[in-house]
Amino acid sequence: MKILVCIKQVPDLESRFKANKAGNWFDETDLAFRMNEYDEYAVEQGVRVREQFGESCELTVLSIGPDRVGEAIKKALAMGCDNAVHIKDSAAADKDPWQIASIIAAHAKNTNYDLIFTGMQSQDRGSAQVGVLLAELLGFSCVTTIIGFDYKDDIITVKRELEGGIKGVVKLKTPALVTCQLGLNTPRYPTLPNIMKAKKKEILSIPAEELLSEEALTATASFHPPAKKGGGIVLEGETGDLVEKVIALLKEKTAVLR
Amino acid sequence: MKTLLIGEYREGKLLESTYELLGFASQLGGETAMFLVGNSAELPACSCKLYLADVVASGEYNPDLHKQLILQAIAEEKPDYIVLNHSSYGWDLAPRLAAQLKASQISEIIAIVDGGFETGCLNAKMRRTVSPKTARAVLTIQAGAFPVLQPGGTPQVVQLVATAAGSMEFVGYEPAEAKDVDLAKAEIIVTAGRGVGKKDNVAVIQALAKALGGELGASRPVVDAGWVEHSHQVGTTGQTVSPKLYIACGVSGAIQHLAGMKKSDFIVAINKDKDAPIGEIADVLVVADVMQFVPALTAKLAK
Ligand SMILES: Cc1cc2nc3c(=O)[nH]c(=O)nc-3n(C[C@H](O)[C@H](O)[C@H](O)COP(=O)(O)OP(=O)(O)OC[C@H]3O[C@@H](n4cnc5c(N)ncnc54)[C@H](O)[C@@H]3O)c2cc1C
Ligand SMILES: Nc1ncnc2c1ncn2[C@@H]1O[C@H](COP(=O)(O)O)[C@@H](O)[C@H]1O
Repeated sequence: MKILVCIKQVPDLESRFKANKAGNWFDETDLAFRMNEYDEYAVEQGVRVREQFGESCELTVLSIGPDRVGEAIKKALAMGCDNAVHIKDSAAADKDPWQIASIIAAHAKNTNYDLIFTGMQSQDRGSAQVGVLLAELLGFSCVTTIIGFDYKDDIITVKRELEGGIKGVVKLKTPALVTCQLGLNTPRYPTLPNIMKAKKKEILSIPAEELLSEEALTATASFHPPAKKGGGIVLEGETGDLVEKVIALLKEKTAVLR
Repeated sequence: MKTLLIGEYREGKLLESTYELLGFASQLGGETAMFLVGNSAELPACSCKLYLADVVASGEYNPDLHKQLILQAIAEEKPDYIVLNHSSYGWDLAPRLAAQLKASQISEIIAIVDGGFETGCLNAKMRRTVSPKTARAVLTIQAGAFPVLQPGGTPQVVQLVATAAGSMEFVGYEPAEAKDVDLAKAEIIVTAGRGVGKKDNVAVIQALAKALGGELGASRPVVDAGWVEHSHQVGTTGQTVSPKLYIACGVSGAIQHLAGMKKSDFIVAINKDKDAPIGEIADVLVVADVMQFVPALTAKLAK
């Protein structure tokens, strides 16, 4: 059985963002990057299935992006993926979800994966599209937003999370793609021996141009901070002062403090 | 211009969010039709054209089949825009339609602006203005971003018949975990976000809740990590609350959290990041380390 996990590297969300020169996405200078949180759950689930099926199973991690995404790939290898595909693209951020999905599909078409894990959404762009588009392009069965996964006797049983915490239970067969939601599992930390082992694992590097044949379907005109609604008070300074000010405000503006 | 809205129906009921689609459509202008997998006994209150497929034959979750039915409606209606809620139903279905139509998809729209549609990015810290490059586009709208519009009237129904089956089997629903606290009744809620750092620190947030006579709330990662039970989770997949005072400690302010608490009367946020999006709705943003500020506040209140 062949399994693929798709991961994206995203900036640390506690950073300050400013627009790039083109004005359509953020400027990467001084930003730290890490694996998209949703994709960590995808990697962990892939590794668990790999452990369940043992050597008959091959688990590949794939990421599209510039050289820096090599770090995220190494983490996935250290978590337990067998090998990696790095689709090199220094302009990945300019591509829309349709192009990203088409690139992955062009690679996957020749590889006959049985099962694909993606994140439910990327934290930076948050389109929640790439996984489902990929499934459609490959003709795979697809369920989104899973918080439970079980694979037994050729049947996959997943739990989808719905609004208000209700769950929907769905059964499907391979070839299948599922998109992973927060809380699906507890992603493991790579151990030092596994980090060392990961260094020897194969990373296949493919230039994106070799796989891309699609134009973007969507254009970004601008990237900007939200318009400040104002009204809110911002307090900064020494803890003691802050406490005094907050208590005074609570007394003035709410009825809960006597 | 023509718009086809994809209504939502779950556990035997038409969902209120369907009327947010109408609110969006009225801002967009043009002609509006609706598609629904639902029940002819419970039609949306709107005099628009309604492509209706029966829920018993089509299932509530059968995306392959729903996709085929919507494609039938699109072939007849020829809409410029196909609009869904950005919900567990909509984000699951929208890319399937976009792929089949090879149409641009724009996700989680929060406003219609000059030059396109406004969407959030980077966990709501920033915005993008995005526009489709294809003649037909699939759009999803953020929950709560557009007004609920219930025009009244009875739709003209065009019945659609399901032909293909789906490749997956929907087994059924599981209810949300039982609540041992009803946060909806609480007058004061003090919420622990991931910024509290570790499980042991939750006690510090709990202590402030206690000093104020309120309940403990939690953001989702805090619940997923097992620091606090699910019954305390605030947000789209937790509880919706509107206390007199909501104190968010180390919560960034993701839309799914805000959806559960933005109607609170007075909101205080404690965050070390001055740009955290929670600042957009907070009445007071205290820029501080939770573990320094919260114990100091609790101590002062105890006096
Ligand atoms: C379909 C779906 C449903 C969801 N449902 C929910 C839901 O019901 N409820 C929910 O909460 N989330 C939900 N989420 C998750 C949501 O998108 C966010 O991931 C989550 O709300 C983030 O939680 P947080 O703010 O605690 O953590 P983070 O986003 O990691 O934010 C932590 C914050 O703490 C601050 N901080 C860090 N250290 C300190 C310190 N020492 N002192 C002060 N501040 C500090 C940081 O600046 C940051 O702003 C859902 C997501 C999806 C996709
Ligand atoms: N550049 C990329 N490389 C590999 N996988 C990606 C990339 N972008 C998105 N994905 C996958 O698609 C999912 C959804 O992304 P998005 O549609 O951008 O919200 C992510 O969680 C990843 O699993």
